[in-house]
Amino acid sequence: MIFQNVIWAITLTGMGLVALGFIYAVTQAGRPADAAEAARAHRTSTTLRRALFAALLLLGIGIAWASLRPFPIPAQHAPLQAAQVVDVVGHQWTWDVSQTHLMAGEPVEFRVTASDVNHGFAIYAPDGRIVIQTQAMPGFTNKILYTFLTPGTYRIMCLEYCGVAHNGMTAELDVAARGDKS
Amino acid sequence: MSSLELYPQDEKLPRGEHVAFNLYMITALLLFVVMMLLGLTMRMTQADWTPVQAAMFYKVMTMHGAGMVGTMSLASTAVMWFFLRKYVSLHLWAFMSNYVLFMLGALCIIWAVFVGDFASAWTFLYPLPVHSMGLWSNGAAALFMVGYLLIGVGMLLFYLDAAAAIIHRFGNLGRGLGLQWLFGGEIDPNHPKAVVASTMVIIANSLGILAGAVVLVMCLINAYDPEVALNALVVKNLIYWFGHMIINATIYMGVIAVYELLPRYTGKPYGVSRPFLWSWAASTLFVIIVFPHHLLMDYAEPRWMLVMGQIISYAAGFPVFLVTAYGVLTNIHHSGLRWTMPSMLAVLALFGWAAGIVPAIIDGTIGVNRVMHNTQWVPGHFHFYLLLGVLPMVLTLLYHVVGSRRRAPVNSGTDRAGLLLYVVGGISFCMVFLYAGHMSVARRFSTHLPEWLPYDQAGSIAAMVLILGMLVFATRIIVGLLKAPIDADPAHPAG
Repeated sequence: MIFQNVIWAITLTGMGLVALGFIYAVTQAGRPADAAEAARAHRTSTTLRRALFAALLLLGIGIAWASLRPFPIPAQHAPLQAAQVVDVVGHQWTWDVSQTHLMAGEPVEFRVTASDVNHGFAIYAPDGRIVIQTQAMPGFTNKILYTFLTPGTYRIMCLEYCGVAHNGMTAELDVAARGDKS
Repeated sequence: MSSLELYPQDEKLPRGEHVAFNLYMITALLLFVVMMLLGLTMRMTQADWTPVQAAMFYKVMTMHGAGMVGTMSLASTAVMWFFLRKYVSLHLWAFMSNYVLFMLGALCIIWAVFVGDFASAWTFLYPLPVHSMGLWSNGAAALFMVGYLLIGVGMLLFYLDAAAAIIHRFGNLGRGLGLQWLFGGEIDPNHPKAVVASTMVIIANSLGILAGAVVLVMCLINAYDPEVALNALVVKNLIYWFGHMIINATIYMGVIAVYELLPRYTGKPYGVSRPFLWSWAASTLFVIIVFPHHLLMDYAEPRWMLVMGQIISYAAGFPVFLVTAYGVLTNIHHSGLRWTMPSMLAVLALFGWAAGIVPAIIDGTIGVNRVMHNTQWVPGHFHFYLLLGVLPMVLTLLYHVVGSRRRAPVNSGTDRAGLLLYVVGGISFCMVFLYAGHMSVARRFSTHLPEWLPYDQAGSIAAMVLILGMLVFATRIIVGLLKAPIDADPAHPAG
């Protein structure tokens, strides 16, 4: 399943739950409670808030743990030992890419920097979805480690606003199937 | 605890304050409409419906961003001032100095953008302001930054006055924030929520503005002496510290209107509690240190800062969901709430804030940010909590004030129709952004790929509906604010 679609579904669920909470309270807003009802509602509300706190705390810790181990960004100060290495330099408004023909199924190390201003180095898959990105900054080299799973033509786009021709700053990567020498 | 009387005497505006409040709010409403029209121009350009050239598009984008952030700050500052002045002694000169400096700063920014062709986005990431490829001069960049500095100085003046007033009344800022009751002791039920929230904003936003001032001065020096080279990553950290703080402060200032006004419409007391104080104490810390979540794709950033950015983004959700949103829901539950414009807008505001931070928190995950950063997901979530959260907070107060002039809450069919347009347009507008973001549509592009156009067209139509609603609000409120003579009601004389 496409990762962005999972994120979209989770987001809709979260926003939907918030909306349900509001809809429930709004539909109950018009009828004032008597003293006994109010006391009961207060007790229920306190219990529910504690349960929600515990649930959100566990959820937050669980997601943080799962999403940060292993750390999703490769080591920046150690060799990445990738079979393919590509040096990328962003300029206003072109990409200088040392190698545009790559092999699927083998890790690629992208060393990304910029010569002038901040750029955003994003790789779009043939289906039009982003697969990975990092910032291209003058004075720094950000390293990505990515393995292309599907052969095809991938598009590089600049995702950090860098001036008037920002949206035209594109390049292409040809990713061949493993063993395809054409 | 604030009064449950709908229009208490201590909220009346004497002549000078009345003029100041009207100046702030009428300026803000007009600017909101203009900035929304600029936003619509951008969406229609992306939809290929208007022939705006790239150079103009990016100028409009810069103006829209700077203008919206500034206007949100201006309006929410007026919300904070309106309520805080009931509890501490604020000086009108400080409030008005902020307005004058804001207007001077705004003029500098408008001149820099539309005369000087400056188009570096409101975030002015170094070194773009001084590396325009000949499209604008260093002078235009400097004027833009001087505009920001003027606005920042105005805000600091107001905060200093407010801080002095809170310290004078409560002893120190910690006591204003209610820290003395975090671990025990009997909480003063009359301790105002407005003071707690204002204290938090004063502490956190002053730091953010100071970070902004430092980076602006650094960039100004660099503009005229390039030998003084700057570290792009350090500058980016300072810019996002400032940028994140200043826009988030608008929520914390705006929400004071909900705290103060909603209980009057529900008729249920909404006092200060220990969870409330804990949530504001925690938010003070979180909002100051959460800014690295804007730099999750800067792999050169120290790892601990990236981890902190993600974890604090998650933690920041607790006070919003479990205290403020939950508190509002329990306050309206079985309350006999009177559904009028202020109460509807207050509930909408809390919904917009709570729902809008869901995609924001999710995007604060490094693994998610890797595919969502700088897509339309980002404007999707911040438009959600600004358009459907902060702006309705401001409108809550404005409709309340207009109602107070005639001693009855506003609730006409026209205003309700405006609200319907605003809600339908606003939710659609933001959800289109979010949907497009998950489809990897880039933000800040003047020209879009053919396959992206349907989202832009849907977004443009939604924006038009939203703006229609906003036009209704702006017209009705401006007329209401101007029409009501100060001394119209003998029971409410000008002081």
